[in-house]
Amino acid sequence: MKLLNHKMATVFTVLGALLVLVAPQYLKNYGIYLLTYWLIFIIATMGLNLTIGYAGQKSLGHAAFFGIGAYTVAILMKAGFSFWLGLPAAALICFAVGLILGFPALRVQAIYLAFATLGFNTAIWLVMRNEEWLTGGTFGINNIARPAILGYSLEANRPYYYFVLVVTLILSGLLWGLLRSPWGKAFRALRDNPIRAESLGVDIRNYTLLSFAIGAVYAGIAGALFASLVQFIEPAPFAVGASIMMYLMVVVGGAGYFLGPIVGAAVGVVLPEWLRDVPFVSNWYLPMFGAAVVVLMVWLPDGLLSIPDRIRDRRAARDASAARKIAAGVAATKRVGAAS
Amino acid sequence: MTDFLQLFFSGLATGSIYALAALGFTLLWQASGTINFAQGEFVMLPAFMLLGFISLGAPMLVSFVLTVLLAVLLLGWVFKRGVVDPLFKYGMMPIVVATIGLSIAMRNGVRAGYSAEAHPFPSLFADKLYNIAGVTITLQDVGTFALAMVIVMATQAFLAKTVTGRAMQAVAQNTESASVLGINVPRMIFYTFAINAVLAVAAALLVTPTYLAKFDMGEGLGTKAFFAAIIGGFNNSRGALLGGLIVGVCENLASAYISPAYKDAVALVIFMIVILFKPQGLLGKKEERKV
Amino acid sequence: MTNPVLKVTDLKKSYGAIQAVGGVSFEVMPGEIFGVIGPNGSGKTTMFNSVLGQISPDAGAIELNGKNITGLSPLELSRRGVGRTFQTLQVFGKMTVRDNLIVAAQEHKGSMLSRMFSPGDSGLGAKADALIDQFRIRHVAGKPAGTLSYGQQKLVDIAMAFMAEPDLVLLDEPCAGVNPSLVGGISSLLKELNQNPKFGRKGSFVVIEHNMDFVMDLCHRIMVMVEGRVLAIGTPAEIRGNKEVLDAYLGN
Repeated sequence: MKLLNHKMATVFTVLGALLVLVAPQYLKNYGIYLLTYWLIFIIATMGLNLTIGYAGQKSLGHAAFFGIGAYTVAILMKAGFSFWLGLPAAALICFAVGLILGFPALRVQAIYLAFATLGFNTAIWLVMRNEEWLTGGTFGINNIARPAILGYSLEANRPYYYFVLVVTLILSGLLWGLLRSPWGKAFRALRDNPIRAESLGVDIRNYTLLSFAIGAVYAGIAGALFASLVQFIEPAPFAVGASIMMYLMVVVGGAGYFLGPIVGAAVGVVLPEWLRDVPFVSNWYLPMFGAAVVVLMVWLPDGLLSIPDRIRDRRAARDASAARKIAAGVAATKRVGAAS
Repeated sequence: MTDFLQLFFSGLATGSIYALAALGFTLLWQASGTINFAQGEFVMLPAFMLLGFISLGAPMLVSFVLTVLLAVLLLGWVFKRGVVDPLFKYGMMPIVVATIGLSIAMRNGVRAGYSAEAHPFPSLFADKLYNIAGVTITLQDVGTFALAMVIVMATQAFLAKTVTGRAMQAVAQNTESASVLGINVPRMIFYTFAINAVLAVAAALLVTPTYLAKFDMGEGLGTKAFFAAIIGGFNNSRGALLGGLIVGVCENLASAYISPAYKDAVALVIFMIVILFKPQGLLGKKEERKV
Repeated sequence: MTNPVLKVTDLKKSYGAIQAVGGVSFEVMPGEIFGVIGPNGSGKTTMFNSVLGQISPDAGAIELNGKNITGLSPLELSRRGVGRTFQTLQVFGKMTVRDNLIVAAQEHKGSMLSRMFSPGDSGLGAKADALIDQFRIRHVAGKPAGTLSYGQQKLVDIAMAFMAEPDLVLLDEPCAGVNPSLVGGISSLLKELNQNPKFGRKGSFVVIEHNMDFVMDLCHRIMVMVEGRVLAIGTPAEIRGNKEVLDAYLGN
């Protein structure tokens, strides 16, 4: 497990918990909205992190599931059904479609798989854009309501934020449990050495399919929450560009690190918004963001969460070289002693 | 029938531009395992470089030469040394994300730094129409196709027939053996990047007059180039040519005979069929899973 | 008369015009360490890979404890109690050594569904620790396997093959690329694992190796393969004195 040492981890967790619980009291409506947006993308990228970070697959079509989740909720609610039917429906449909997407992964290698998922995304997006009778086409679906829970309305930004926060925590907990169980090791084995894994009895086929399916479910739930957050959906946020951004978020945060999506989604969602408000930046916030990503990758190819590991490795290397110097010095003294 | 032929020939022209971008993309992949998600922007930037030089008063030919030099420097040398070399041993993920960042930076950098508008672009070919047996073809189309073909053939001849070219191929197929044979691997890889830059400049020259220079012109082009490269065969440079032409022609035909809305779907559909049934591409060689 | 653990009958595999394996037959008895030697290109690895389901043979039968296993996939073979090591290092680089060992056996415990709710080490922690101590890699047990030295990774690689207590383990050049000082260590480890039924069963091993001293010292019986065929099968003493074997190695 790649965690900071226990004391630091507890401190960070407590601080983080306080922050997410208390922050909305001090933020204006837009700030709360942005925070909710961030949480939704954390959920989506957690799923992608499982698929590409822990299971080592290639997926450049994640936003398609995001979109399927969003449109499922939107279409069902438009037809008069409740959000609480739409949400599990989104999850189930995405699980099924995710399994289907996993099948090419069994037959097609690495880079070709990446392109296959890209193609899948484009296909789904085209359906969203062209099949007006179902999805409203480029006009999209609007007036998506926010749900009520046990009679309590989640219409306002703040209550909806807390609802999304609870969902995020539940889904994180479930994923954490899954990764700690033998499944986590099986996924990692699939990533690190699929041939060896298979010869040890790891069912490569099933775990590959499930890595796509579970990742898809997370994106689907995120999409469902997204639909009610933004209350108007159209195909654009579910195109290949969005998948590429999600991929960027996972890698920049740190693929295979559990907390990577938190940082990655912050970089992808919050950073550009924050940059936009910085004086002198204005129009340049996007090119700066792009340049920052390039610099970040060159400096930290394993993502931001690999910083503790790098510090530890550097310290270990320094200790090892110091130990060698001491050993050499001792040996030299011995020789001198023996000679004299 | 004449409609069909007209669409076919103008499709060949567009397709040959895709072929240029796809060829550079394929070469980069073969030589250094780089998936360049900024390939479309690599075509967009030289278009604006050229416009920039012209607006500074330089004559066309001088601007062109300067653009080629600048492109080779930035998109070849700086890109290789600054981005690809440090990330080479970390696998596909960091390079992919770095080129994504690069494409965002380039696209929006041009938008913020130059202009968000579409700019007319000087054409190499005069505005002439030909009428052959009832089929109307523009000089632009013919010239584009011919010039692009010449460049692609020249590149392939260079790779196959010259010593340097064959050394580059050796590096692409087996880097370790190549370096053991005394081939200067880093330099050969740099040449690949330089060739990609030149191909991108050529593509810019040919595509921009029709579609105008705009900061986002790289997006669609980049995607089509990926598809074309895969369809043709990612481990075979001749595949890029075939893939590009197929995409160009089919797109045009689909747009007219099926529906303009699904024009983009054509490249996608062909791509999906190829990926599922012959993932190594139409001309590609099967890559075995290594134990 | 005990039944053989592994019985290979008339195994054949060709690659186009080249017959890599041309009718190989042999038996491995329970508890036996069976060596396979032969010059390069003699078909040893092809034969191995055929038995292990990595490639499918053109003809011939392979039986494990009397049951036909010809053409089964590596996954199915693992479930039936066949383990292997690879010629090139194959460990899970980013996982710790201990996790490498745990994952090597976890898929044999319960079903995929039940494993979702099992504790992280599937109850294999003690066994993994025991093997770690036996292989003397306790000091690196918590480090990512990819950061270890080649020799240490080789030990992890071999240990992984034994975690699931297979009836039959096939080792493909366990000493390849290993420091000479470690070869003796590997030999004694394999003898320990063969003779000391710590985990209940006495394992049968098939070992491909080029290191002649290693093979002669370790194996109960040895099979010599040349150009896809069996030249001789016998005890180390018999093989050492076999003129045909000497000719094959020194060239005729």
